[in-house]
Amino acid sequence: MTATHDRPAERVPRPPRAAERPARRPLRPRGLSGTALTVLTWAVALVFVSPALWMVLTAFKREADAYTDPPRLLFTPTLERFATVFDAGILPHVGNSLIATLCSAALVVLLGVPAAYALSIAPVDRTRDVLFFFISTKMLPVVAVIVPLYVAAGRLNVLDNIWTLVLLYTAMNLPIAVWMLRSFFLEVPTAVIEAARVEGASLPRVLRSVMLPMMAPGIAATVLICMIFSWNEFFFAVNLTASQAATVPVFMVGFITSESLYWAQLSAAATVVSLPIVVVGWLAQRQLVRGLSMGAVK
Amino acid sequence: MSTTTVPRRAVADRSRNWRHRAPLLPALVFTILLTQLPFLATIWYSLRSWNLLRPGSQEFTGLANYAAILTDAQFLAAATNTVLITASCVLVSMMLGIGLAVLLDRRFVGRGVVRTLLITPFLILPVATALLWKTTMLDPVFGLVGFVLSPLGLGEVDWASSYPVLSVVAALVWQWTPFMMLLILAGLQSQGRDVIEAGQVDGASAWQMFAMITLPHLRRYIELGVLLGAIYVINTFDTIYMMTQGGPGTASANLPFTIYQRAFLGFDVGQSAAMGVVVVIGTIIVALLALRLIFRAFLSSEEQNA
Repeated sequence: MTATHDRPAERVPRPPRAAERPARRPLRPRGLSGTALTVLTWAVALVFVSPALWMVLTAFKREADAYTDPPRLLFTPTLERFATVFDAGILPHVGNSLIATLCSAALVVLLGVPAAYALSIAPVDRTRDVLFFFISTKMLPVVAVIVPLYVAAGRLNVLDNIWTLVLLYTAMNLPIAVWMLRSFFLEVPTAVIEAARVEGASLPRVLRSVMLPMMAPGIAATVLICMIFSWNEFFFAVNLTASQAATVPVFMVGFITSESLYWAQLSAAATVVSLPIVVVGWLAQRQLVRGLSMGAVK
Repeated sequence: MSTTTVPRRAVADRSRNWRHRAPLLPALVFTILLTQLPFLATIWYSLRSWNLLRPGSQEFTGLANYAAILTDAQFLAAATNTVLITASCVLVSMMLGIGLAVLLDRRFVGRGVVRTLLITPFLILPVATALLWKTTMLDPVFGLVGFVLSPLGLGEVDWASSYPVLSVVAALVWQWTPFMMLLILAGLQSQGRDVIEAGQVDGASAWQMFAMITLPHLRRYIELGVLLGAIYVINTFDTIYMMTQGGPGTASANLPFTIYQRAFLGFDVGQSAAMGVVVVIGTIIVALLALRLIFRAFLSSEEQNA
């Protein structure tokens, strides 16, 4: 059939799954009511997203154009507000956020993939209990642990240290990540693994060359969700960091306080700090859907 | 079966079990170290009188902190607000999410663009979202919401100070609706075409089909969205911190904000720890019920698939 079909992994018959029913095609609109629905959908979407559009628009305004009644749609755009954001020294904080986001995502994968493996493909006893434990730690509000964490970080001299946030974000995202990864791994056909084992491949080798390629989309989806939550996290960041390790949400708050609340300025800063994750999320929409639905849908 | 093989097999079983468990241990140990250990410390603190403004004030006081907070009007109001904010945010964003997902679940011009636009609020920094809603949206003089509502005579309402909880919920709903929408959309797209066609053949109306076929199919996705949404929204701190600072007074303070205030502005470690413990107990009671349901739904569907 196709060129990919001569890969050995593809030849193993996959067990039928409910999810492999022929995909349903979205209903095709007919005639006038279809057009009306399309117009309605577009209108609803534009109204819903208007605060974000307004933010981007306001970011290009002079402050005088931001405070008008009625609100002004037409104006002479300027990049001055963005220049101010960068002049305020945002870049080191972007660096901090990148470290916190990327390193904690890497740690989540490092810890979460083996754990999810042990809970799905080679399930241990009491799998339900362990899963239950993981998700129940998510029920633990962060406010309930912030005081001891603050005291401990102070004693260990790791306050205002970006690696403290890396560890905490890993702990924050690990429970959900284990759940998501497990759902994805349940989709991996075990026949493939058994076949490779029978042919004498060692377990690490099976993991690396057979399983990892099949798991990659699920891992990508999980990493994406973790990145969104870490980049946007504020509570740990504001309580455990100061000038050195502050991430972008903390910078944003300090910037607004020191610059007072000028709307165009605020909008420009909001646009800049949100842009990285917005772009990543846009590009990886499919993974986002898979991750959020815990792999329930392809 | 001879008597000697039994223990040997048990030993082999045990070592195999440990080999199976080994990949799980790092994650388990890490999670226990960073979440359970601090929580034990919180329980310990909650039994002591410890105010950072009074050095050397640390002493064991038993349940005195609990007695103090359970009669503390501010704590009780914050608990009410937490329930109110979480429930209304999850409910409204789920209903909006279902509506948007149904609109998106058909082929039309620019579907990809519309979906991209609609997920954006979930991706924007929540701190920024809160600030933008407080200013450019809800400002009584220049805000967009006031401008749109002025024909209704609501043009000059100072939303953030007159209706602080409503304002916070509005920003939270805006942020969480895309999350619900994506989940429900995933659910809609996993629905079999044959079922829909059968319904159409039987002459069911669009509404009947939605209520009788689609909604039951979506149940699992709705439950998952409610659970995950509630877990995150209960912990909301940034939106309240940026929009209202819990005010005016303590009108819009929820539990996370109140605990933060008590610990980092009031320096009363003992009382804030006791509040934390009460929150955990409350959350677990509510969540256990919800989680049992979801667990059943999830594991039973896995068994069906297997």
